[in-house]
Amino acid sequence: MIPTVDTAAPAILVRDLHKSYGNVHAVQGLDFEVASGEVFGLLGPNGAGKTTTVEVLEGYRRRTSGIVSVLGHDPGGRPRALRERVGIVLQSSGIYRHATPLELVSHWAGLYPSPRDVDEVIALAGLGDCQDVLTRRLSGGQSRRLDFALALIGDPELIFLDEPTTGFDPAARRAAWDTIRALADLGKTVLLTTHYLDEAQALCDRVAIVKDGRILAVGAPAELGVGASSRYRVAWRDESGEVVSRETDDPTALLHQLTSAALARGTGLADLSVSRPSLEDVYLELTAEAVAEAVGAVEAEPEVEEAPR
Amino acid sequence: MSAAIALTWRQYRLERRMFWRNPSAAFFNFVLPLLFLGLFGAIFSGSQEDLDIIVPGIAGMSIMTTTFVALAMNLVFLREQGVLKRLRGTPLPSGNYLAALAGHAVTNTAIQLTIVIGAGALLFGVGLPHDWLMLVTFVAAGVICLASLGVALSHAIPNFDSAPAYTNAIFLPVIVLSGVFYDAENAPTVLRDIAQALPLTHLIDGLSAAIVTGASFADHLDDLAVVLIWAALGIVLAVRGFSWEARRG
Repeated sequence: MIPTVDTAAPAILVRDLHKSYGNVHAVQGLDFEVASGEVFGLLGPNGAGKTTTVEVLEGYRRRTSGIVSVLGHDPGGRPRALRERVGIVLQSSGIYRHATPLELVSHWAGLYPSPRDVDEVIALAGLGDCQDVLTRRLSGGQSRRLDFALALIGDPELIFLDEPTTGFDPAARRAAWDTIRALADLGKTVLLTTHYLDEAQALCDRVAIVKDGRILAVGAPAELGVGASSRYRVAWRDESGEVVSRETDDPTALLHQLTSAALARGTGLADLSVSRPSLEDVYLELTAEAVAEAVGAVEAEPEVEEAPR
Repeated sequence: MSAAIALTWRQYRLERRMFWRNPSAAFFNFVLPLLFLGLFGAIFSGSQEDLDIIVPGIAGMSIMTTTFVALAMNLVFLREQGVLKRLRGTPLPSGNYLAALAGHAVTNTAIQLTIVIGAGALLFGVGLPHDWLMLVTFVAAGVICLASLGVALSHAIPNFDSAPAYTNAIFLPVIVLSGVFYDAENAPTVLRDIAQALPLTHLIDGLSAAIVTGASFADHLDDLAVVLIWAALGIVLAVRGFSWEARRG
């Protein structure tokens, strides 16, 4: 889904966000915006500061400095008007163990001013077959679907999903992706964190690659591949059978040279390929650079724990 | 205003339903004090003097289990499980939620006391309370005191696995010292001095006067004062240390 270009204010605005726990700097100057109706991903390895950032936006953590606006509110004061318009799926959180999904979704509906229909949300989250089972008997995947249902019941405009599919088997991930796509189709704004590249690529309109509390690159998954390093990789097998690859900004010229030379010799170019870097290449390149920088720095930053305190 | 009450009521009903579906919580909070009442009632059945001690003693113990023990255990569990954090992300205001939790505890206290005092009158020859106003005043002070101390204790318990150990390490010595099962006046001096510092001792003294002896309220204002001082301390500690999230790592 293409994000609606903001004639209106962005759903989320973050400017120079810092968050420290003691002398551990979990977030060190983040800037990004999420347009209304956009699916935005924070992608990065564990300890990158993704959860800290999201929890500042959700109102669970106080920022150390910077400007943060969520649906026009400062989430720091946890205004109720904001909580009524936001749905939250935490990285992990328990629930009453002696209640059923149907009871809980119905109860949660009563906490919001204009909730969605309970049966509709149960169906959307895929809880139909376990709606009357006590939560302590639910599987991991079913519990996660309940998390989704409880985040959706208030009919939020904005939904936070902190690592929504971590620990899922492939089928459960696909099902969760379908639910997230359904949210996007409803016009909801989604901010999700993930350390799965394929997830970011499959779901997000735009992705910010985060490492050590900083954003390394932002853009649409396809653009990131091209934009961050606009090089093409041309690879082929030479006469001795070795794979040779060369990077270039101008693949046309390189191919012309290669093919001309090959034709002149009267040999072929075995396994010739031209590829653009994938999001994965960009991700690995960027995060590896960040590691090299950190190692090279005189005072290397301590490895940042994502869990506070 | 009525919307706020409706919200609290809704949350209160959920807490009630969850409580009755959890057999071990229902046992510890409900059956245990009644079991003690039955056992000691049978043991002391020949002595009205002992029965007159055990009925207000068990009444005081009931207040402690339904508020102090229940809230400490419950909050540690809800915090560790992340239920508190999840609720904090909804529009449910913290005040309504805590009011529902408190209301739930007070309901248990009221049911327990009705059974204990009723059994005292019908089975153990203690008779009906002499001074209802004094009874209600002491129960209210006891609930506020022990509930806030229970919330405060929940901050000190590191995880749910250790919650029974922490609560029992306080609960068991306190009920013995405070004279739930015997007249605290008959204990050795050292133990009696310790008991004099504890709120449950004074709560039971007040309950005993209201239910059994009919001593005047004015003579027990010092007992009420001790309970209220502990209540003030409990409230400060409960509010200051309150956290919606488990400490991790």
